[in-house]
Amino acid sequence: MTSNDITFKFEQLEKNAEANWRNLVSSGKPVIMVGTATCGRAAGALDVLQAFKEEIKLHGIECPVVEVGCMGHCYAEPLAIVSKPGNPAICYSHVNPVIAQRLVKEYILGDDPCLEFVLGAMEPNDLIPSFQDFPRASFEQKILLKNCGFIDPTDIDHYLANGGYSTLTKSLQMPPEEIISQITKSGLRGRGGAGFSAGEKWEICRNTHGRPKYLICNGDEGDPGAFMDRSILESDPHSVLEGMLIAAYAIGARYGYLYIRAEYPLAVEHTRIALKQANHHHLLGRHILGSDFNFDVTLFQGSGAFVCGEETALIASLEGNAGMPRHRPPYPPVYGLYGKPTVVNNVKTLAFIPHILKNGADWFANIGTKTSKGTAVFALAGKVVSTGLIEVPMGTTLRQVIFDVGSGIPHNRQFKAVQIGGPSGGCLPESALDLPIDFSSLTEAGAMMGSGGMVVLDEDDCMVEIARYFLEFTQKESCGKCTFCRLGTRQMLQILDDITKGRGRMEDLDVLEQLAEDVQAGSLCGLGKTAPNPILTTLRYFRDEYIAHIKEKRCPALMCRDLIAYYILPDKCERSCDACVGTCTVEAISANKKRIKVIDQDKCIKCDTCRVACPPQYNAVIKLSPPSKLPVTKK
Amino acid sequence: MKKFRKQRSNLIPILQSVQHQLGFLSSVAMTEIADYLGIPPVDVYEVVTFYNQFRLNPPGKHSIRVCLGTACHMKGGYITLDAWERRLNIKHGQTTSDREFDLDTVACVGCCTMAPVTVVDEKPEAKVEPTKVDGLLLAFHREKESKGTKNS
Repeated sequence: MTSNDITFKFEQLEKNAEANWRNLVSSGKPVIMVGTATCGRAAGALDVLQAFKEEIKLHGIECPVVEVGCMGHCYAEPLAIVSKPGNPAICYSHVNPVIAQRLVKEYILGDDPCLEFVLGAMEPNDLIPSFQDFPRASFEQKILLKNCGFIDPTDIDHYLANGGYSTLTKSLQMPPEEIISQITKSGLRGRGGAGFSAGEKWEICRNTHGRPKYLICNGDEGDPGAFMDRSILESDPHSVLEGMLIAAYAIGARYGYLYIRAEYPLAVEHTRIALKQANHHHLLGRHILGSDFNFDVTLFQGSGAFVCGEETALIASLEGNAGMPRHRPPYPPVYGLYGKPTVVNNVKTLAFIPHILKNGADWFANIGTKTSKGTAVFALAGKVVSTGLIEVPMGTTLRQVIFDVGSGIPHNRQFKAVQIGGPSGGCLPESALDLPIDFSSLTEAGAMMGSGGMVVLDEDDCMVEIARYFLEFTQKESCGKCTFCRLGTRQMLQILDDITKGRGRMEDLDVLEQLAEDVQAGSLCGLGKTAPNPILTTLRYFRDEYIAHIKEKRCPALMCRDLIAYYILPDKCERSCDACVGTCTVEAISANKKRIKVIDQDKCIKCDTCRVACPPQYNAVIKLSPPSKLPVTKK
Repeated sequence: MKKFRKQRSNLIPILQSVQHQLGFLSSVAMTEIADYLGIPPVDVYEVVTFYNQFRLNPPGKHSIRVCLGTACHMKGGYITLDAWERRLNIKHGQTTSDREFDLDTVACVGCCTMAPVTVVDEKPEAKVEPTKVDGLLLAFHREKESKGTKNS
């Protein structure tokens, strides 16, 4: 087959897809797109979808309703994009079934664009501010997330019509060495956390003898607090697949595996559909696009083990064993799955490949900092206004990400720390906010890039408690192979547990530091090596909180349940209000003779419900720490 | 099971599909899988107990999965878990005696922006606070009642 045939085959596919796409977007009919990724579904997007469909049927209008992925504006879910011919496409936020009905009646049938529900317009216009006009747009640069939320992830034509698989076509006509040298030149580093050069990894694998070679896409995004890979697999699975195909062609892999966490059922479903469609269109299997290149991809569901994100553990899991890491070297590109050369790449690394080859290595190398090229995708969550997915060039500072893109901390609270990199990362305080984000600067500060989970903490979050939380997680997820990791994390957890319960001693802090060092040195894989990071960073930046817990038995953030007590201020409590009494799940609150509410401390389980229930104009329920501050009351 | 080839690498997919059909992995099932693949039963048991997803006791009719990811934890996921445990009168990892509900935790379902999240029968519920726990349980109760009246 000549290269002309490959191009011809692809152009046929593309032509078909474009016709279908045009039929959808520029046929003169209005189009509704509803974001139904997992985050949208949690907010009720499926009900909204249903409401749109019913309302349209009721009025008998012709208007396709398309399910799309996640746009990244998760704080405003459920989102719906309504495009009406002649008007700019408008994105609506917090849509519910009632709003959906109104949009159909008043905007699609009528002429009122219902401005009160608008989040922004999709393209610049004279009427409504567009997303490009948002202040955050000047900090963001969307490469990976470009298609997310704008195409139907279950329809390959949408991806094809938006330039999809054209880079694969181009690549199949290039010598594999040329592709690898392009990727190396672009400076792309693995997005799984460690940041190894992707091009170098491929080259090692290509130059190693042994057949067949394997390519594994690592979608075992186990970090609690991170959901970038989930979103990409749910919203744009074909981009990952195209990256896999190019990578496989470059390293000479015959078989590929897509390893996805079992906790992501929707990502699994969308990827399964994508694989089926790609097979159907001869983009997978034998003689891809009529060339001599053969490649098959198997979808493998993980079974809920954090350690399987580590490449050798992942390989063990694929082979049908318990996911335990092994010694490296030899690294997987030399000795991997079934002892054959194997490349394991993160979802985002692979999704970058088509973009790099399409726009050139220099284009990519010009984005970012000297050592870290390209953009970084972060999942912004926790105590921040605009939670969601963001993509910024490397070198953007943490302050810009949290305060400009994320719009700062809600409810007028004070920023305290940002947790980056999940259980392997660390908590960085206000003083580190001006750090530019790249692989090396974060490591120096004691955190790490990790896969990109970013959880913002405010003054109500206890730093000892968060260290304890992560230790509990790593302790549970430790596979138990290395003694230091297995027992060391347990000891550290015990100590932290004691501190949060008010039983800590000052010597404990030294023991913690010593143990942290030992666990780091005595563990094989990244899980153990980085497990102490949350403790080390909190001890480094928030030592005073540890001391308050130990010496005063006080939790400064009023979070550790054994060190706080709930109290109702008698002078603020309103006689006629019974909000807290009704909500208390254990009936610990009663009214005294003056109709002032009192908490029975023996019954109270400190669930926080009464504090939330107390109307804001009274704000009578407060937390006290240490509990000895409680005024003595007569029963 | 027969649709899988007799390869060790198929162990996890087989376990997943058996659990999907039976709801849990009984010792009979595990021994049969071991026989089918020609490996010692202890190897199957090792893999089953290593991964969090596999369960050895029968599930309830409805599954409750409380997310304890970072964001959920900081926004009070542990309070939500407490509320479920109190209301269902079981600890996590257990099933209620009437086999209606089973309660468990999950590391992270990736809905961190909707924290704290509880996945109820595959559907992620956003911002589940103790009062919403009561609400969700009430909804189940109502549903059961209305079904009961329909049947009778």
